Amino acid sequence: MSQTTQAPSDLINAESKQDIDHWLAKYPEDQKQSAVMAALRIVQDQNGGWLTLELMDAVADYLDMDKIHVYEVATFYSMYEHKPVGKHKICVCTNLSCMSCGSGKIVEHLEEKLHIKLGETTEDNQFTLKEVECLGACSGAPMFQIGEHYYENLTPEKIDEILAGLK
Amino acid sequence: MVTITINGKQVQAEQGQMLIEAADNADIAIPRFCYHKNLSIAANCRMCLVEVEKAPKPVPACATPITDGMVVNTKSTKALAAQQAVMEFLLINHPLDCPICDQGGECDLQEFSVGYGKDKSDYYEVKRVVKDKNIGPLIATELTRCIHCTRCVRFGQEIAGMREMGATGRGDWMEIGTYIEKSIDSELSGNIIDLCPVGALTSKVSRFTYRVWELASNDFVAAHDCIGSNINVQTKNGVIKRVIARENNEINDTWISDRDRYSFEGINSADRLTRPMIKQNGQWQEASWDDALQFAVNGLKAISDASELGAVCSPSVTTEEMFLLQKLMRGIGSNNIDHRLRQTDFSAQDADPRFPGLGMKLAEVKNLNAALLIGSNVRKEQPIMGHHLRQASLNSAQIAVLNPVKYEQIFKPAQEFIAAPSQMFNELKSLAKAALEITGKTAPDGLADLVAGQTVSDAHKACIENLNEADNAAVIIGTMLQAMPDYAAMRMLAGFIADATDSVLSYLTPGANTSGAYLSGLLPNRNAAGESADGLDTQAMFAQHRKGYILFGIEPDRDIENPVQVQNALDNADFVVAVTMYQSDALQNSADVLLPLSAITEASGTLINVDGTWQSFQAASKAIGQSKPGWKILRVMGNLFDVSGFDYQSSEEVLADVKSAAGDAVTDKAGNKLSWQCPDKSTAETALQRIAELPIYAVDAVVRRAEALQQTADAQVNCARINSATAEKLKIEDGQTVSAVQDGHLVDMSVSIDDRIADNCVYIPAGIESAAALGGGYNAIELKAK
Ligand code: SF4
Ligand code: FES
Ligand code: FES
Repeated sequence: MSQTTQAPSDLINAESKQDIDHWLAKYPEDQKQSAVMAALRIVQDQNGGWLTLELMDAVADYLDMDKIHVYEVATFYSMYEHKPVGKHKICVCTNLSCMSCGSGKIVEHLEEKLHIKLGETTEDNQFTLKEVECLGACSGAPMFQIGEHYYENLTPEKIDEILAGLK
Repeated sequence: MVTITINGKQVQAEQGQMLIEAADNADIAIPRFCYHKNLSIAANCRMCLVEVEKAPKPVPACATPITDGMVVNTKSTKALAAQQAVMEFLLINHPLDCPICDQGGECDLQEFSVGYGKDKSDYYEVKRVVKDKNIGPLIATELTRCIHCTRCVRFGQEIAGMREMGATGRGDWMEIGTYIEKSIDSELSGNIIDLCPVGALTSKVSRFTYRVWELASNDFVAAHDCIGSNINVQTKNGVIKRVIARENNEINDTWISDRDRYSFEGINSADRLTRPMIKQNGQWQEASWDDALQFAVNGLKAISDASELGAVCSPSVTTEEMFLLQKLMRGIGSNNIDHRLRQTDFSAQDADPRFPGLGMKLAEVKNLNAALLIGSNVRKEQPIMGHHLRQASLNSAQIAVLNPVKYEQIFKPAQEFIAAPSQMFNELKSLAKAALEITGKTAPDGLADLVAGQTVSDAHKACIENLNEADNAAVIIGTMLQAMPDYAAMRMLAGFIADATDSVLSYLTPGANTSGAYLSGLLPNRNAAGESADGLDTQAMFAQHRKGYILFGIEPDRDIENPVQVQNALDNADFVVAVTMYQSDALQNSADVLLPLSAITEASGTLINVDGTWQSFQAASKAIGQSKPGWKILRVMGNLFDVSGFDYQSSEEVLADVKSAAGDAVTDKAGNKLSWQCPDKSTAETALQRIAELPIYAVDAVVRRAEALQQTADAQVNCARINSATAEKLKIEDGQTVSAVQDGHLVDMSVSIDDRIADNCVYIPAGIESAAALGGGYNAIELKAK
């Protein structure tokens, strides 16, 4: 059990640090934890879309937070991933409005088409299917999110089109 | 003060106080889970919903501030309906395992479900199950029982100062735990067992060994540090099953350390000496009490010159025992009596206050605005003092530390001065110089010359400025400092700094009863009345071999500074009497008679804590084997020696004698003041100096035998720690096995690189097994690669 001076936050690369610093600048000096959500998103991107324990610890170190505090945030919000994900993460809303507008069919279609269940990733690492709660787009239910885009009023045909268009 | 009405009763309360506090003060019961008066308000359980007139909905009593004229009903139909509804929700996921749950019988959920639960459930779906977590050797988890009150989480963040538990996941999936497999390492961790309102967190040590209603509860005082935390020792058929905290807002609030909670395992240990033993012709044999006592007294009587006798005593036994031990020795004609087992520099012992204490009340510590802590790993040495300092710091006190190790504190140090023990005098000189410059006080005799060449850094200045500007400030002499060479010189400078900045000079003393030892005259240089005497201190007693020794409550290989020297002296002695709770190889090798001493919980007595509070208690558990209370053993020895005044009938009679000798000695600022005598450092520099902190779970024989505590991370100290710079210089690598050499004595140890250690130092703790073969704790040491 050696205790040396190497910092866990060294895992965060220079570019990500710069990005995090940009967020840190918005908050008072002694409230670095305010940037935790942004920091987690940034290191998640740096790591190809998912968080490792080491990366969460790195964020804790960089923001002067208790590790468990970072774990709490990272496990609360559904946009943080704790396992590797495919290139395209399809977040299907199955909450109330979407459900009454047929999200069940949407999920079924996606599962059939991609040969995976909710929560799984295709073998070629192209797609991950994820069930999420209301994304605040009920007026366009049923809907899903891929990357930073919302796709609304989905039908099986529309889904085929969307997926075909993804690279 | 405002007046509100609760259930038709007029209640006086503070404006802005929470409703639940006002109700508690007026003895009106409101059910609650998440609220705890010493934690922040979370208001997440909703069990405390009550009706307030003109409020549209029931409000949580724990988070509703009082306003004048408020009319509250805690039992109206509306309030009751709300409480019942919350109860119903909480019970949805709670298992029905009360018959095998350790909390059964003292569980808030169980209790409130009698008051507010339905006798029939409308819920037929599946209950959630949470996998148990292993969070270390002290605390058992059964997290399916958790009701998410977050008391344990808030305790970590607010009191323990290290947030280890948390609520991860969300909604239905939320779980309380550490997220990763990890032990809870706070020295105060066991308090979450007391806090948890259900059986989700229970004691791993006591698990399944009792039902709560079988336990007899005994108010008691913890005996492993100078705080004197109030505890409740709970026994089944006279055997201790568990120890829990007892509230005392003057001393320990509602918290106790893990050491005070779990050390009872040592009392129940199989190592206990159950019968008197005597050594005849080199053979150990059991003896009756009469024979053993006669044998002991004859052996000591055979040494005709009383000054050839010495007695050393644990600083953690009762005042009554201490008083009688010194009375016996003085009655025989020897002043060679001491309890300061780790101190090595006695040169200024006559300048000690009547008893070295805090100079203030423990409850006042949280009001400090500034402090300088010297030579102290306070959170591990006196965990509750660590808690009080943390509270002070949260109230924005500026606390500086001067230590040979950069300890993780549970407060944020304002300044940290890290220096080898041999360099700490130098740091103090710089601080003293800063004090001269900042306060403009005239330098007492010789000080100006002493500090002339010192550099004063901004940190030194800032530390002194903080002390100087504070309304309440303290310069605190830690337990570790008292064991260091040049203690007297360093204390003198600390005293000057305190004086100059108008701060209290405070002491944190070793063991549980150093105050009692001073006040009962267990000292070579002072008797119980405080009159001076002339005897040998602990170090002198072993350096200048005596012919006979009495070891009272001591393990000679672990409890006394410089164990090799002690061993030598004991080997050469004619006769050694050990009054001891345990039998060990070391004792069998050095003693001629072993008299079984009862544990502190097995007899009545008194401990005097560091702020001068006298706390007496009655026996809580059954004595093991034939062991006897120390005062009874000493009474018989006194009689056999024909010393007069040994006809005590009870420990209370002994106490009355101590009281009349001690008078009403208190510890305060004036009493702790030192009169100036220009100090100088007398010990030479060494290439490599040892640091011998006494680790939290090695402090005394009882703790060393508490198995669960020995499995904690804090107990894993059997290695030599050096920092990377020192390692590079010595060409030693992390994990390498080396020989640690002191005065030609050699111990093999593995090295751990630890950058918290000061330069040119080797951290090898005292009180651990491998240190028994080494010499002086802060002396020169060598590390040789193998
Ligand atoms: S484990 Fe106990 S104290 Fe912690 S949140 Fe659950 S019920 Fe509350
Ligand atoms: S329920 Fe699907 S977006 Fe709101
Ligand atoms: S005690 Fe008030 S909400 Fe929990």
